[in-house]
Amino acid sequence: LIYLLGSILLRLCVSLAPYSGKGKPPMFGDYEAQRHWQEVTYNLPPTEWYVNSSHNNLGYWGLDYPPLTAYHSYVCGWIASHVNTEWISLGESHGFESDQHKVFMRCTVIVADIIVYYSAVWAIWRFSHKAFSNVGFILAMFYPGLILIDHGHFQYNCISLGLMLWAMVGFQRNYDVVGSIFFCLALNYKQMELYHALPVFCYLLGKSLKLPWGNIIKLFQLGIAVVLSFLLLWLPFLASLDNMGKVVARLFPFDRGLFEDKVANVWCAISPVIKVKQLMGQTSILRLCSLTTLLLSLPSCVHLLRHPNMRIFKLSMVNVSLIFFLFSFQVHEKSILISAVSALLLYGELPTYIVTGFLHMSGFSMLPLLAKDGLSTQLFTTSILFIFLSNFNQPNLNERKLSTNGLFRKLLCHVYVWVMMSLTIPPPPRYPDIFPVVNAIVSCGVFLAFGLVSHLHQFILPPPVGVASDV
Amino acid sequence: QMANEINLELCATMCAGIVTVFKLLLVPAYTSTDFEVHRNWLAITHSLPYKDWYFESTSEMTLDYPPFFAWFEFCLSQIAVLFDPRMVKVSKESYKSDQTLWFQRCSVMLTDAVFIYACYRCAKIWKNSTKESEEKSASLKSAVFLILAIFNCGLIIVDHIHFQYNGFLFGLLFLSFANLSSGSYLWSAAWFAVLLNFKHIFFYMAPVYGIFMLRNFCTDRTKGGISALLTLKIKNLITLAVIVLSIFALSYGPFLIDINQVISRLFPFKRGLTHAYWAPNFWALYNAGDIAFQIAGKKLNILKSNGTSSTTSGLVQNVEHVVLPTILPGFTFVVTILAMVPLLLHIWFKPSPSKSFSFNQFLRSIVLCSLTSFMFGWHVHEKAILMSVLPCTLLMMCGSKQDAKTFLLIQTVGHYSLFPLIFTPLETLIKICLLLIYSVYCYAALGNLYSDHPKSYLRLPMLNHVESLYVYGLALNELYGLLVHPFLTHKLPFLPLLLTSTYCSIGSFYCWLMLYYQTLTVQNVPEYVKKF
Repeated sequence: LIYLLGSILLRLCVSLAPYSGKGKPPMFGDYEAQRHWQEVTYNLPPTEWYVNSSHNNLGYWGLDYPPLTAYHSYVCGWIASHVNTEWISLGESHGFESDQHKVFMRCTVIVADIIVYYSAVWAIWRFSHKAFSNVGFILAMFYPGLILIDHGHFQYNCISLGLMLWAMVGFQRNYDVVGSIFFCLALNYKQMELYHALPVFCYLLGKSLKLPWGNIIKLFQLGIAVVLSFLLLWLPFLASLDNMGKVVARLFPFDRGLFEDKVANVWCAISPVIKVKQLMGQTSILRLCSLTTLLLSLPSCVHLLRHPNMRIFKLSMVNVSLIFFLFSFQVHEKSILISAVSALLLYGELPTYIVTGFLHMSGFSMLPLLAKDGLSTQLFTTSILFIFLSNFNQPNLNERKLSTNGLFRKLLCHVYVWVMMSLTIPPPPRYPDIFPVVNAIVSCGVFLAFGLVSHLHQFILPPPVGVASDV
Repeated sequence: QMANEINLELCATMCAGIVTVFKLLLVPAYTSTDFEVHRNWLAITHSLPYKDWYFESTSEMTLDYPPFFAWFEFCLSQIAVLFDPRMVKVSKESYKSDQTLWFQRCSVMLTDAVFIYACYRCAKIWKNSTKESEEKSASLKSAVFLILAIFNCGLIIVDHIHFQYNGFLFGLLFLSFANLSSGSYLWSAAWFAVLLNFKHIFFYMAPVYGIFMLRNFCTDRTKGGISALLTLKIKNLITLAVIVLSIFALSYGPFLIDINQVISRLFPFKRGLTHAYWAPNFWALYNAGDIAFQIAGKKLNILKSNGTSSTTSGLVQNVEHVVLPTILPGFTFVVTILAMVPLLLHIWFKPSPSKSFSFNQFLRSIVLCSLTSFMFGWHVHEKAILMSVLPCTLLMMCGSKQDAKTFLLIQTVGHYSLFPLIFTPLETLIKICLLLIYSVYCYAALGNLYSDHPKSYLRLPMLNHVESLYVYGLALNELYGLLVHPFLTHKLPFLPLLLTSTYCSIGSFYCWLMLYYQTLTVQNVPEYVKKF
């Protein structure tokens, strides 16, 4: 209970900090985007949500998340309209900022976080006895990346990720239909959950194939569940095909380029050496990305298909989403959260310090983004707290020693020193981007290494001694 | 949840680390006018020669702390100027920049190191003084003490949100306690004298210090009350006096010429009986009684309904009671002294033979004495409750189960009564969260220590049913003020405050009575002696 309240306190404290795009007209930031969506969804009928019109300028933070996000925005907008209509008045409220509104928005995130994410983490902890021990439970609540992006930078990742975790709960309890419905919901909250779609698909398929006769029935059940939940969620947009096409086009904007800022993925990391962006045209890059991503995720998926058990499934979730992050097209820094949150489930499957190291680094890979929002202190403090808790709650003494010694520690020190430098020393004029680029390269290296370790664990290594897998 | 052998150093560092994380996150939080007050003091001490410090009145936030604190601000301002030169310019308007904010907040955090170190010293000394057989429970207790003291949510609210330097000052106080518990009376007295010259509000507990020192250091402890006067150890008395007086001389010496001005700044008796928000003391009850009589009077048409009560108007001003007689400063002073007399006589006539029990008696008296001043003093500020809560944390470690119970009650009531200091929405959630965490930990940890596990949620660990109900009532009161009242009516904006204050004063009055009873009856005899 103390930890629970403590993590809520931490979120509240982070909430005090400035949000993305605060006081930066004309476009502001993600905070304004969310507010704008509330404005649009509350004031317009659903059919116009994704369509450019005189009331809805898609160039100004047009809705580009799937319907569930829109519904959520609608609910928030509805509440906002009861508190203060100024906050969401159509067209006139662009760039609206006030202290009260900030409190309102922050509270919506905290409420969503508690309802969806906390409950999911709790359920996972409740239903798994050994594998996901107290460490995982505590660290899942204190994971800095999610806290900073949701409560600092401002987004609602906790919902889609929480739904994804709920899906995992379903799968873990063998309620595959429920699990897949939850996964559909997650997918319909944020299309980025597609990073996880392959393993989920393979897991379910593999599991069905294992059944002697029931496989067709089972597949049929799952298929119906998926189709129905999609149908329900897309109901308002199904009226015309044209409208649907527009929504889909909004969701997958392929014209944005390989990467925007300095993302810690492979394409960005090798860009100082090989400028992929300039070497090839847009479509060929797209093809290249898709091909490498699919090829690289194939081993993990096939392996999962052949051994559909929870342990492999969890590892595969992380592996595939990590590969998507590292190799796919148009990746955003924040997408690392998707693999990071699924990596939270790996506590108990991999040595703790490896997971902690990865999660910790995932926070720092977003440093340029967070520093822009004035959240670097928050990043530092929450990360240190995270490391602290991960060491403190370590039941295994040997591992505690391991994690405080050697490579892990050195790496940490280097990271902190480097980050301090990047925040205090002005970059040399010849390379104005040197710090973000190096940050991206280092993070990318760590992610690659982690991906490799995690793959090794999936294919070769047995689970750590003393930890029985759930299935 | 902890291992058998608790490493105090590790525990202290960890607590310090975690608490600093939260403090750092609280940097952008709301700051009260005290932030500007301290900013202005930086400016005054930096830009004026020391002779003018107590005369300067460009801004209305004049320097009203004793000289050592002024010198402390002087030292800080030497660093502050490196951060933002505009911070140390005396101006009428308030000034706040990011650098100022960060500098001031960080200075509080860094000086808190004194507090953390002092807590650690206390815990260490106490743990080493316990017997072998009790080592396990002792180390557990000292760890709990460290956690409770370092995470003290009142300090976080007052220092790191509201903005003051209490952590550092309580650090000095705890250093003094630590020295006393290890038997070095002179050091203890010196630290306390230094503390008095940092913040004079600590005079609240000075009577106990004085009498205790005289009795235990300057006379023979084994002799009876009156005859002890004959065994006066002149040498000790003189050393003590020289040390204390020289510290005061060092502090006030340079200002001696203008001593009247300094004193008028330090003790502004022009303010009212109660602060704008009534600190939960006896006078809050008195005011509430007055209002109750007024309303009753109006209902019964005995009173003409001419004057609205001036007590609730929310301004610092002289209060005129309508029904009950108006209270004058001198009267509160007399009442406070009278209320202390039994305690002081008790210290003189019943010194404890054993060293550790003598220290417990001292701590209990300190808590009681500052609580007495809090209950009956003139223009008491709600923050002053910390002066009872923090020593009580130490008492919780050293003392008996009964003391732990007192601590639980005082901390709950006292910290809750700090709530009106913070009223901005996000910070409101934070303060509630802080107190919840702190209280949950308190009740759980102490319940475990004394293995008191209540069967139902109706009763909290260590407390009886009525007290538990009272504590739950605090939560109800907060819910009412937060959720019900704003939607119920827009009249009577001060009603939640009035309720909070009255309700808390009932609690603190109860604590006071209970503690007084405890102090005067059971403490001099060790429990194992009593059993046989």
